[in-house]
Amino acid sequence: MSTPIIEVRDLVKQYPATTAVAGVSFSVPPGMCFGLLGPNGAGKTTTVEIMEGILPPTTGEVRYRGEPLGARFREEAGILFQRTALQDFLTVRQSIALFRGLYGRGLEVDEVIRLCTLEKLAGRDARKLSGGQQQRLLLAIALVNDPTLLFLDEPTTGLDPQARRNFWELVRAIKAQRKTIILTTHYMEEAELLCDEIVILDRGRIVAQGAPRRLLRDHFAEVLLELPRQEFPERARTLPLKIIDTSDRVEITTDDLEGALRTLLDAHVPLTNLRIRPANLEDLFLELTGTELRP
Amino acid sequence: MIGVRRLLAVLHARNLEFLRDRSTLVFTLLLPVMLVIGLSFVFGGPERPLFKVGVLAARIAREAHPFLHERYIEFIAMPERNQALHKLTHQQIDLLLELGQPPVYWVNTDSPKGYIVEKLLLAAAPDAHRQPVTGAALRYIDWLFPGILGMNMMFSCLFGVGYVVLRYRKSGFLKRLHATPLSAFEFLSAQVLSRMTLIVFVTVILYVGIAAIIRFHSAGSILLLVILAILGALSMIALGLTVAARFSSEELVGGMLNLLTWPMMLLSGIWFSLEGSPPWVQWVAHIFPLTHVLDGARAVMLDGAGLAQIAPNLLFLAATALAFLAFGAWSFRWRID
Repeated sequence: MSTPIIEVRDLVKQYPATTAVAGVSFSVPPGMCFGLLGPNGAGKTTTVEIMEGILPPTTGEVRYRGEPLGARFREEAGILFQRTALQDFLTVRQSIALFRGLYGRGLEVDEVIRLCTLEKLAGRDARKLSGGQQQRLLLAIALVNDPTLLFLDEPTTGLDPQARRNFWELVRAIKAQRKTIILTTHYMEEAELLCDEIVILDRGRIVAQGAPRRLLRDHFAEVLLELPRQEFPERARTLPLKIIDTSDRVEITTDDLEGALRTLLDAHVPLTNLRIRPANLEDLFLELTGTELRP
Repeated sequence: MIGVRRLLAVLHARNLEFLRDRSTLVFTLLLPVMLVIGLSFVFGGPERPLFKVGVLAARIAREAHPFLHERYIEFIAMPERNQALHKLTHQQIDLLLELGQPPVYWVNTDSPKGYIVEKLLLAAAPDAHRQPVTGAALRYIDWLFPGILGMNMMFSCLFGVGYVVLRYRKSGFLKRLHATPLSAFEFLSAQVLSRMTLIVFVTVILYVGIAAIIRFHSAGSILLLVILAILGALSMIALGLTVAARFSSEELVGGMLNLLTWPMMLLSGIWFSLEGSPPWVQWVAHIFPLTHVLDGARAVMLDGAGLAQIAPNLLFLAATALAFLAFGAWSFRWRID
């Protein structure tokens, strides 16, 4: 196994009233897209901000290429925060040029503009961009130093589906350059599409880690049955099935589809609105924590 | 090690931001011009038709000479000769008299009122010995002029930079910069240099414009005034940054900046001279950078002082600029805690 590009060891972050991160350790090999998943309050953003060198940990450490975070890390890391304001009155090109001037190495401003398809917007006031355009500009700024390690913190939150898909295409193109990406997201589709490996955080701890498909294989039978919650009779809850409640649905996981259907029919559970689908990461999170993975 | 390239990148971006913020730029230029034009109307009227004659003595003894009985002349006892001559040079008095055998008098040959009082004196004391001096009249507006420029500098330095850094912190822009190799000292230095350049540029424009309106000519070196403006701006901007370096509340920062500006407004000698005020007031006044800016500026503009005379003021401003900047960088916070 190759030497990790970034390594998190026994990370703890305590605030007066709460422990945001309670002993998190993992390492990320180079060239991987690594996902951090978790609901609000899971410690995901705190973990990432400690990894980015923005927040100091209470205990534990982060090592970049085997060394504590320092000048080399700042030169070689690119960061896209969840929310970032830029300087007022600057155009897209000038905003990128400002950040290019802060690094000793990197790409030409025109190259970054082309990479993030910002050519037609280069002369526009950065404040007058749409949500998707703004995220492309912030990605361009994160790429301006040609980073070996790229942090993307909830990069598509608030974007419309089309803008989100366009952004994913950009990330896939960056991934194809063998850059290491640390991605935090609420969107399971995004994690499944982009991440090679994920950790799932809950209450400041890692509850699962691995490749998305392997995690699903390890934790789930082949199929998942969904029924509307209001159509699921209370008496049926005593049936010999693995039943999980979500906000509007009842989910039943099974490796014996015929048997499960027969049990439900015998109990006269209405199956008109039954949906059968394979398990996804959201189901995995629900399975592990009993909480829905929603922003 | 300061990264000049990084510093210049932030400096350039900040300059662009300021120059494109038209409303702020126009307001920065317009406010002091309006103020000085207004004051020139208020203070530019005719002088009172009263002659003032200084007498070198601890007190006036009317019986000492018949001239001291002249009507429409105010006789002022002046024990200190150099101070009296200084006032005569600036036409704050019209003639200076030392009673003796024969009497000696000093008259400002540039002063029309001095010419008339001299005639009155010679009628009463034909043997009086004449000592001519020269020097243009000092109007209140001339004395006030450096104060107006200094006040504009003070507000622009303290509030301009203080609120900009606060805005950057609240918007998260500072947090984003923190994720780059930029250091706090580089960032603050860029802010100081950007604001200093703009303030000196604006002050020069104001100086030229207002001097033309009120027909003012500096007695001393303009270059020295520019150096004074640069060091004064650096010191006051750095002072503003010490307040904005750490806090995130607009109310708190606004209150603290007011806490700095109001004592300076009252005690730095913008509107009136502190000459004659209690020693502790003068001591407190000299803590403020603006006091040193105005003392130096008035010495150069009104008395033609050179580098040596205002060197203590320049040194104070340079030292405080560095001290405030170092403290600001040490206590700087990139993000809201």
